[in-house]
Amino acid sequence: MTAHGFSGLTVRGLDVRLGEALVVDGVDLDVPTGSVVAVLGPSGCGKSTLLRAIAGLEPPLRGRVEYDGADLARVPTHRRGFALMFQDGQLFDHLDVARNIAYPLRLRHCGRAEQRARVGQLLELVGLAGCDDRVPSSLSGGERQRVALARALAVEPRLLLLDEPLSALDRGLRERLAADLHDILRAAGATAVLVTHDQEEAFAVADRMAVMREGRLVQSGTVAEVWARPHDAWTADFLGYATVLEGEPARQLREVTAPDATWTAVALRRSALRVDPAGRLEARVEGARVTPDQVRVQLDVAGLGSLPGVADPGADVRVGARVRVAPDVSRIAPLSS
Amino acid sequence: MGRGRGGLRAAYVGVALLPLTALVLFFLYPVAGMTARGVWPHGRPDLGAVLEVLGRPRVHRVLWFTVWSAAAATGVAVVLGVPVAFVLHRLRFPGQRLVRALVVVPFVLPTVVVGVAFRRLLAASGPLGGLGLDGSAGGILAALVFFNVGVVVRTVGAFWESLDPRREQAAAALGAGPLQVLRTITLPALLPGIVSAASVVFLFCATSFGVVLTMGGLRYANVETEIYLLTTQELDLTGAAALSLLQLAVVTGLLAVAARSRRPVAWDRTAQAARTAPRPRWAHLPVLLVTVVVLVFLLAPLLSLALASLRSGGGWGLDSYRALSGTGQRNALLVPATEALTISLEIAVLAAGLALLLGTMVAWLVSRPRRGRVAALLDSLFMLPLGVSAVTVGFGFLITLDHPPLDLRSSALLVPVAQAMVALPLVVRTTVPVLRSVDDRQRQAAASLGAGPWRVLLSVDLPAAWRALLAALGFAFAVSLGEFGATSFLARDDRPTLPVVIYRLLGHPGAQNFGMAMAASVVLAATTTTVMLLVERLRIGPSGALGSL
Repeated sequence: MTAHGFSGLTVRGLDVRLGEALVVDGVDLDVPTGSVVAVLGPSGCGKSTLLRAIAGLEPPLRGRVEYDGADLARVPTHRRGFALMFQDGQLFDHLDVARNIAYPLRLRHCGRAEQRARVGQLLELVGLAGCDDRVPSSLSGGERQRVALARALAVEPRLLLLDEPLSALDRGLRERLAADLHDILRAAGATAVLVTHDQEEAFAVADRMAVMREGRLVQSGTVAEVWARPHDAWTADFLGYATVLEGEPARQLREVTAPDATWTAVALRRSALRVDPAGRLEARVEGARVTPDQVRVQLDVAGLGSLPGVADPGADVRVGARVRVAPDVSRIAPLSS
Repeated sequence: MGRGRGGLRAAYVGVALLPLTALVLFFLYPVAGMTARGVWPHGRPDLGAVLEVLGRPRVHRVLWFTVWSAAAATGVAVVLGVPVAFVLHRLRFPGQRLVRALVVVPFVLPTVVVGVAFRRLLAASGPLGGLGLDGSAGGILAALVFFNVGVVVRTVGAFWESLDPRREQAAAALGAGPLQVLRTITLPALLPGIVSAASVVFLFCATSFGVVLTMGGLRYANVETEIYLLTTQELDLTGAAALSLLQLAVVTGLLAVAARSRRPVAWDRTAQAARTAPRPRWAHLPVLLVTVVVLVFLLAPLLSLALASLRSGGGWGLDSYRALSGTGQRNALLVPATEALTISLEIAVLAAGLALLLGTMVAWLVSRPRRGRVAALLDSLFMLPLGVSAVTVGFGFLITLDHPPLDLRSSALLVPVAQAMVALPLVVRTTVPVLRSVDDRQRQAAASLGAGPWRVLLSVDLPAAWRALLAALGFAFAVSLGEFGATSFLARDDRPTLPVVIYRLLGHPGAQNFGMAMAASVVLAATTTTVMLLVERLRIGPSGALGSL
């Protein structure tokens, strides 16, 4: 704890320019000790540049990066006590797995026995026990990332910076490794910033998230908060919501779902409207497509317009049929702006 | 299927035929003819004589000087070249492209010009006369470094550019300071590039002719000048042949080392686009200083040349340049120097065209995927002219291509053909990496869409390679303009090239002749520099000219 009472990373009013473009624009970000924050944004939004600026690899144009209240402006990358893990791991090809992981330990002149013990411990942690002698070129993509993570954790950095750590992997592996990453970071008690364009990765790994668009943070909060109250239509779309209703249709939906609420715009997931004989809305089926779990329908809902929805596999949803529809409140998120 | 494969193989062999024939006729045959003269002096092998030559004390001295001068010059070129490679390829500053072109210029300068420039600089009356380096081994070393530092800069620089800087950033983020990053990450990764550059530079130094001939005087001789001396002065063909064979063996070994360390430079455009090189900072001061020193070292001889060419009588003027339209004092020349320039340009056009034609074919053969062993063999084979004594080639031309059916003595093609053989390896090395970088699946995609082999070549390979081909053409042109070793043997008196004219002018007394030699040298240097600047403008990436020797 510092005099200000905040321990962890603080970014204030950060601007970073690359060439002529202002890539990071007035970013404020807090990463309390022990938390994992995901910066989520589409490619080119400046999130990697933000990460590099935190690491000290890009000089900021304006603004401050502090850790435990101490300004880092004049602290070079290698003295910040952070660790950075890239999308493709950036293992050192001329060193084997054990020597890669021990690299930061050697820099700090740890004894050999201590190095060996720590490497064994870390390999255990990332699920690669016994791989000490392998060379990076013999590892699979997932294994490389695990080694890179172990190397980054070796000296217990006060802040771990993860640049799209799972994006280079294929889907199944990504999901598995995201869950592992979540557990490993908690087990190591790490404080981390993760940048990613994949909302599922952010959900699986982080406690808090910040959504970034064109250099600015448009929203931040706990994962559940951001998920439940997307800031605007763009954010909702980026978080995977299928449609946003505004104006009169939004008001009509509010009447049905939450008459006491005051929101004026709302985001709907694909499954927010369900064909249900007991539903309070009327609709006409415009199209239907069968998937293994359910029937996906396009509905012309009275007062709301044309919207996607779902129906149970047995339901009668021929095109043109009149059906009743029930909104699923847990799949509707009012916009906060 | 079988027919398709057979057709492909037929095409492969067909394309291989022309360059292989050229290599055999215009390189292997003359070299073999020259060495055979010595080893089979009277129609039967005389290996005893060869061994006797290698046992001579003078030969030992020559070998020793060759090895240590080349090793020392290589060492200095590497130590100076690596920091400059960093500055020119890992930093970003205005005028960088010009400087990059500048450091390669010495490599294509005529050796005679460089020899003269250094002698002027180091002569007792010259600006650096106080160092007492005139006619010393130190002077020779300086000239060898002058020639080759650019090779180190380009080869290592290309390698450096291809390294992903994020690897170093990862190390820095893990707590490694700048020097620790350099020692533990950058240098180990650069090592193959440095070994490759060093082996090629050693090769160039050990086989340098013009520099040692003009600067070594009677005191210093390397294997190359000794072959020249034995051939032309002492008519000891056995001795010359023995040394040629020895040189060939060493060169082949060195080329093998270079080939092994020549890792394909992965020219990753996405990684390249994702980063911008930093601007120089105070922390870069030491390497910037080294760069400035190297640039001064590279420019000083050229500047002293330019100054010498502008002297007229007691003052300054363009008299030496005006005199180029004449034949010099006491008719030192048979044709005016300006005509020699025209001849040089004509020959260089022919030689570069020929080198490009053959080199492109070789590059195509070498870059075919799934031709591993054959390709590697061809690659090494066509690198041979890089290291074999130009004297041996030149003299070999004279004694083997002088009777029917191949009587080229009076042919205007003799000199262009010889120069094309010298430039051929450089064309191959400039083009191969670019062709190799083409993903073979693009060719397969084109073929599956109905493109025939020619169509594939035109629509996939050519768009990728045309810049490299143009650069190779320019490079071959520059090398051919400056070629002296083989040309000095082969150029007819009435059709001399500019380097030959310069050499002749220097051999004749008279202030005007000397001034003309200086002016002609400046013209030659300016022409090659312009060509190299154009090549640099083509921006073919780190695999450009000299990038992947």
